Amino acid sequence: MATIQGYLVLSALLFTIGALGVVMRRNTIVMFMCIELMLNAVNLSFVAFSKMHGGMEGQVAVFFVMVVAAAEAAVGLGIIISVFRAIQSVETTDSGELRL
Amino acid sequence: MVQEANLSIIPLAPLVGSALAFIIGRRAHHLAGWIASLASLIAFGWVIKSVLSIPADGVLEDNLFTWFSFKGAVTVDFLFRMDHLTAVMALVVTGVGSLIHLYSIAYMHEDESVHRFFSYLNLFMFAMLLLVLGGNLLVLFIGWEGVGLCSYLLIGFWHKNINYAAAGRKAFVVNRIGDAGFLAAVFFCVFLFGTVDFLELAAISFDAIQMAWIPVIAFCLFVGACGKSAQIPLFVWLPDAMAGPTPVSALIHAATMVTAGVYMMARCHFIFDAAPEVMLIVAAIALLTAFVAATTALTQNDIKKVLAYSTVSQLGFMFLAVAAGAYWVAIFHVVTHAFFKACLFLGAGSVIHGCHHEQDMREMGGLRKKMPLTFATYFISVLAIAGIYPLSGYFSKHAILEAVAHTGNVHLVPYAEWIGILATVTAFLTAFYMTRSLVMTFFGEYRGHAHPHESPLLMTGPLVVLAGAAAIFGFFGAPQLFHYLETVLPAHGNHFHAPTILDGVVHSWVGFFGVGLAFLFYSSMKQIPGQIYRAVLPLSVLFSGKYYFDEIYDAMIVRPLEGLARWLWRSFDQSLIDGMVNGTAAAVDATGEVVRASQSGQIRSYALIMFLATVVIMALYLVI
Repeated sequence: MATIQGYLVLSALLFTIGALGVVMRRNTIVMFMCIELMLNAVNLSFVAFSKMHGGMEGQVAVFFVMVVAAAEAAVGLGIIISVFRAIQSVETTDSGELRL
Repeated sequence: MVQEANLSIIPLAPLVGSALAFIIGRRAHHLAGWIASLASLIAFGWVIKSVLSIPADGVLEDNLFTWFSFKGAVTVDFLFRMDHLTAVMALVVTGVGSLIHLYSIAYMHEDESVHRFFSYLNLFMFAMLLLVLGGNLLVLFIGWEGVGLCSYLLIGFWHKNINYAAAGRKAFVVNRIGDAGFLAAVFFCVFLFGTVDFLELAAISFDAIQMAWIPVIAFCLFVGACGKSAQIPLFVWLPDAMAGPTPVSALIHAATMVTAGVYMMARCHFIFDAAPEVMLIVAAIALLTAFVAATTALTQNDIKKVLAYSTVSQLGFMFLAVAAGAYWVAIFHVVTHAFFKACLFLGAGSVIHGCHHEQDMREMGGLRKKMPLTFATYFISVLAIAGIYPLSGYFSKHAILEAVAHTGNVHLVPYAEWIGILATVTAFLTAFYMTRSLVMTFFGEYRGHAHPHESPLLMTGPLVVLAGAAAIFGFFGAPQLFHYLETVLPAHGNHFHAPTILDGVVHSWVGFFGVGLAFLFYSSMKQIPGQIYRAVLPLSVLFSGKYYFDEIYDAMIVRPLEGLARWLWRSFDQSLIDGMVNGTAAAVDATGEVVRASQSGQIRSYALIMFLATVVIMALYLVI
């Protein structure tokens, strides 16, 4: 059985990749996916800790995160689509001024 | 003995009249004058009723409310009080005032803002009655400021003429200087005595410290009186005040307001009695004023200007009586002067009205036949002011000369003889220039281009009444007035002596001489005045240039002040104040310029900052 450290290192790695992606990429869809990556990295560490302590609280939190992430995806993708319709682009550099 | 009475109706009637004359008169012009006159007459009637009920050795009081109380140490009531001095002044103000109101109905009937005129006129009556009835210095001060305001409003009544408006402003500003002195005196009274009530002040026996400050208070009060009563150096506003309608000149600038300074000094006689050395200054100023104004009047050609300088000169005589400690004589001259000077001004108004707004006496002449009633009243008043027995001016002027000769003020005694001589010369000049105006206006041939006509009854009626009063008041009124005022004003040995007819005629020689000489010069030997003018050219230029007071003030005070104001405007207002305001805006602008770099609109940089900040917070959490 793998130790808790392995899960946590993977989780940290995934989170860092996600964070760097949000900061460095310009494409909003990729940024969006990176956010999902960060959320799931957190989820991984939740489950790992839950398993370690033998409690269910961490797994409950994960479900909450998934639900919220689904809602967020719906709203966020909706915004991206409407921005794309307006300026024919999903690049953050093109929508920096928040106006047409 | 203090007796309660309803005195507040006296000032209230003209106050209500002022509002009604404006509101109703705006719609119906012809009603404004009658409303205002009615209000004035109600006040007159109520004054008579109140005067008759003054207890023999006491006063009437009407305490409306406690105005303010400061820590229980100084309490000021809104108090009206009527003693014999107040009674005399209130009778003159409302009596002469009512006549002038009636006269104004005819004089002003063509004016388009007649409602404004009568509203101001009644407002003036209100303020003047407040001044006269005020039982303490502060109520008097409200009236004092109120009459100043109304004077300003009425001098500048025809405000579309920029010079008239400037004359009003000048009167207001010059009066402010005097008012500052008056206000300082009030503060001194509060600090030193803890009261401003006249009766309480009079009852104080001054201790050493208070005694040391008394001359300062007396001087401050005198400065106030100088402003209001047009004494040198603050008299320059009165000749300019002739810009107002003529009834205003008669009411405010001859009969009532300008005598407020004399009234105030008589009212505060207990302070001036305790400061005999200040009275020397008063005497010097008074004499100088009387003489300077009289010589200036010799050369004026505007009939109203002659009367204005004559008023200044007569006010000097009143102050001379005050300086000699003969307060009742000063008030006596106030009353007689109110009669004959109001009559002269209204007569001049009648002439101006008849000659279609011509004021230059060189454009008049021969009006004796065309305006007989105006001529008769003007003639009587000229003889009265010239001091000819048995007209009223003789009694009051002679009383002033007597008072100076027998003054009880030890500081004044060494100069009494010289003061008497100069005052006599001034009295001669008075007779001369008044007769000059009479001859130039009413005798000879008519030199103007209008068609003079006698004024309506509403104008000649008040003239006749005033001329009658000016003629007989001295003979019949002087002894009564003396005994009446004896209870409130110390006589200092200035008793009234009724002269025999022979004495009276002999003592009128100054007046006869002045009147006769002026008749001779201006009706038959017309070349002589011109020759005299050229013979003493430097003096003549000085006189006709009005001693260049205005020019000197302009160069010494007005221009330096303008320069200072301009400098302050540039250096202080524009540089400092504007610099601070504009600097604040510039600083905000520059800060924004720097900080806006962080607001790039790039979502990635925001995210980076967010992450870094989270990391920093987490790190701090771990460390602590």
